[in-house]
Amino acid sequence: MCLTSTISEEPLDASAPALSVRDVTKTFQTPEGGQISALDSVSLDIADGSFMVLLGPSGCGKTTLLRCIAGLESPDSGRIDLRGQRIDNMPVWRRRVNTVFQSYALFPHMTVAQNIAFGLQMDKVPGDIIKRKVGESLDMVHLSGLGSRKPSQLSGGQQQRVALARALAKEPEVLLLDEPLSALDLKLRRGMQSELKRLQRETSITFVLVTHDQDEAMAMGDQVAVFNDGRIVQVGEPREVYLRPCSRFVADFIGEANVLTGALDTYGLVIESVGFVPRDRLMPDTQAALGQVHVAVRPENVSLQLDPVGSAKIIDVSYVGGDMRVEAVAAASGTAVNAAVSIVSRVPSQGVQPPRIGDRVSVSFAEGSLTVVAD
Amino acid sequence: MKAPWSATARQRRQAGQGSWWSGLPGVVYLIALVFLPLVIIFVYSFLSRAKLGVGVKWQFSLTPYTELLFSESLSGGRSFDPTYLQIIANSFWYAIITSVVCLVLSIPIALWLATRAPERRTALVFAVTIPFWTSLLIRTYSFIIILNDNGPINGLLKGIGIIDEPIAMLYTPFATVVGLVYTFLPFMILPIYASAERFDFRLAEAAYDLGAAKWTVLRRIVLPSIRPGIIAGMVLVFIPALGSYLAPELLGGGKTSMIANVIAAQFGASRNWPFGAALSVLLLVITLLVLVIFAVVAKRASRAAGRGGWEALI
Amino acid sequence: MTMDSMPTRGRKRRRNGGVGPGLRDFPTFKAVSYLVFVFLYLPLVVVVAYSFNSNRVVSVWRGFTFSWYSEVLGNDDIQRALFNSLRIGVVATIVSVVLATGLAIGLLTMARAGRTFAWTLIGAPLIIPEIVFAIGTLALFVQSRIPLGVNAITLAHIAFCVPFALLPIRARLRGVDPAVYEAAADLGAGEFTIFRRMTLPLLAPGIVAGALLAFIISLDDFIVSYFLAGPGGTTLPVYIFGMIRNAVTPGVNALSTLMLVASILIVSLSYLLARKRR
Repeated sequence: MCLTSTISEEPLDASAPALSVRDVTKTFQTPEGGQISALDSVSLDIADGSFMVLLGPSGCGKTTLLRCIAGLESPDSGRIDLRGQRIDNMPVWRRRVNTVFQSYALFPHMTVAQNIAFGLQMDKVPGDIIKRKVGESLDMVHLSGLGSRKPSQLSGGQQQRVALARALAKEPEVLLLDEPLSALDLKLRRGMQSELKRLQRETSITFVLVTHDQDEAMAMGDQVAVFNDGRIVQVGEPREVYLRPCSRFVADFIGEANVLTGALDTYGLVIESVGFVPRDRLMPDTQAALGQVHVAVRPENVSLQLDPVGSAKIIDVSYVGGDMRVEAVAAASGTAVNAAVSIVSRVPSQGVQPPRIGDRVSVSFAEGSLTVVAD
Repeated sequence: MKAPWSATARQRRQAGQGSWWSGLPGVVYLIALVFLPLVIIFVYSFLSRAKLGVGVKWQFSLTPYTELLFSESLSGGRSFDPTYLQIIANSFWYAIITSVVCLVLSIPIALWLATRAPERRTALVFAVTIPFWTSLLIRTYSFIIILNDNGPINGLLKGIGIIDEPIAMLYTPFATVVGLVYTFLPFMILPIYASAERFDFRLAEAAYDLGAAKWTVLRRIVLPSIRPGIIAGMVLVFIPALGSYLAPELLGGGKTSMIANVIAAQFGASRNWPFGAALSVLLLVITLLVLVIFAVVAKRASRAAGRGGWEALI
Repeated sequence: MTMDSMPTRGRKRRRNGGVGPGLRDFPTFKAVSYLVFVFLYLPLVVVVAYSFNSNRVVSVWRGFTFSWYSEVLGNDDIQRALFNSLRIGVVATIVSVVLATGLAIGLLTMARAGRTFAWTLIGAPLIIPEIVFAIGTLALFVQSRIPLGVNAITLAHIAFCVPFALLPIRARLRGVDPAVYEAAADLGAGEFTIFRRMTLPLLAPGIVAGALLAFIISLDDFIVSYFLAGPGGTTLPVYIFGMIRNAVTPGVNALSTLMLVASILIVSLSYLLARKRR
């Protein structure tokens, strides 16, 4: 779903979403006295039991939204509803929402078990039940037996699990995770990603995770909301967001994309410096006004064939994992150098004769692979 | 995602982190017991001497200030009297000598400390601070024993036959300066050490590599880098040295009065509170002026390093 | 600038640790340093050594004795002075630590102007000449008819104990990840619970370190106590000053040694607490 215009006021589903954010705006004062709009009229529905990922570059407002939901910041305007109940004016400690902090924020003076018990004590849960629940929580995150350790005696990955167990022990309606994996090394992060997915499935608690890592977003989210400059620019399933980015920003931010400019007519598309592309190369249900358009295409949908009179010339060949990434520059004869268009193609490297730098190639696209994007 | 504003924005309203009013009792207390006494001293300095000498008479008078320069004879005539000017000049002189001696001793030890292995360094710096935390009265008193005609130093010199008669050291300006240097040495060592510790000694290596000799490296590379610490140390030594009471009182034997001793006398035996107050105002003004001058010299560096110095102490 | 200075710092710390063929050392610096240490500790050593001197004339060594200690400890006046000192020290410590804890927390959220003002007040007792502070407080108490003595000394001590109590507490507070408070609120804790279960326990080592420092500063203070003592407010340092002034007996050394030992023990304890791993 592209959010170029307005979002409908009514929830899309008939059933109320677990969390509904409407027109939330938040502005911060800079120390110099200026103002920065961290959230600009943001609206978002999060379905019950789903795994929502808020994705965007640094400073785009995604963490601010998370903190507004948690109650750690209060929005300037707009409303936030949790299962139909308005929560944006409720103090932090009364919201049935819990957070896993980026720095974990484990209480350094308490043991692991005391950390997990803290939230339950705040709810005045009886002692024997707390004890049982702490044990269950530790089992759930595979830390049984470490309950009497202090956080400082744990590894980063273990601390991460304690933070999770502590937040989940309260069985919140929604679990908020603020870049929870950013402090872990790559290998550990992969493990924790599937661990988080498992926990989400088993507990069927709604998870809202903030990240700037698009791979992580793609790997974990049922839904991904892409943020830019305090606004949500696109919401959808990872596959949809990847294949049908709404805008040049989304196309660039998620994975690698070729964003090309061309003129659209009823027969197809004439792309600058590349040439004519038949209509069937566009996404089947493309509805765009004729005239100048921008299209995005993923490198794996671009093929470059050796062609002595081709429009493009290969300038770089590199290997990325098992793939070969080929970069070419297309420049129609007679056009100025600055009109040259760079095109990246990505193909499995096995069994392919590698092209050489300087080879001339012609460019073609897979069927249904071009998406019209906003600039 | 750390936007530049987020740190400040967070600091402003922090869930559960208390708020500014928790500092209010402390601020009110300090206003009452630090600021108010200064106000009273200022007011007292424009009042008249009480009959019995304790307290003041509530009658406006500039006499406390004219007394600084003129003495009043019984008949009411005034004549110029340089006694107090001399004492003020003495105080400056002692404070300057103290600062310079402290500086000369502190640069070597600060640099030496900064080049020790980290674990040893922490212990050694702590060792420098320990004497500061013991009673200043007792430490100053100890020099009465040390510098005494029959004390260990004269004993040692006599024992190895350098002197026959003891050297009179106690109750001389020399003893006062020794006491002052001793009192304030840590205040010079610590800020210079704080600067030296931040100094990147690879710069010195680069200078050696370019052919500089040891003393050139010290003069051209190291000293300029630890300048903020030196300035902070000068402030932290000069200012309190100027207002010292104990060292001249116990070691100077009345021959080396400094401003503080005169002030104390006015509130004690001499019983002239307004004059004591006027001298205090003068001392405060001088203190502030010196602070301002150092601040101008050092711009912002000295303030940062000055605070660093205090924190290193604690 | 900060970006590239950070890694260098880490490396520098390691490299400053005395590697290299003496290039970091300057001739005579080591000797001067040793001499400075001798100078710093000589007075302490002399007082302790002479406290065992059996000669009634303080500065002439004759032989070894413990008798001055029993004489000092049995002296009623000294016991009274000790009691005064302890009473002043304990009360001043408790009050100044409470004020300093409040200040440390309050300073974090104060607006810039308020913070500057508060810091000026806190730092003032460290910069104002002690004699001025002493006679100013004396004038204040005389003016407001507060009787001199133990209570007057206590009131004044609190003021200059605050900065010493504050610094370790503040250092501790700054070492706490602010997200900890947010996490506690997020898990359902209200303001008061957060203070009781997060702020206080996290600050505890800093508070104890600050309390110990405040206590020594009060215990060792002479000038302010001297001016505010009045007839019944003689503290140990004031008593020692009297002994020095009137008739110096080796008893002074014994009493001083006891005070030195107490101060060094307390400051070492404070140091260990402040360095304790978080």
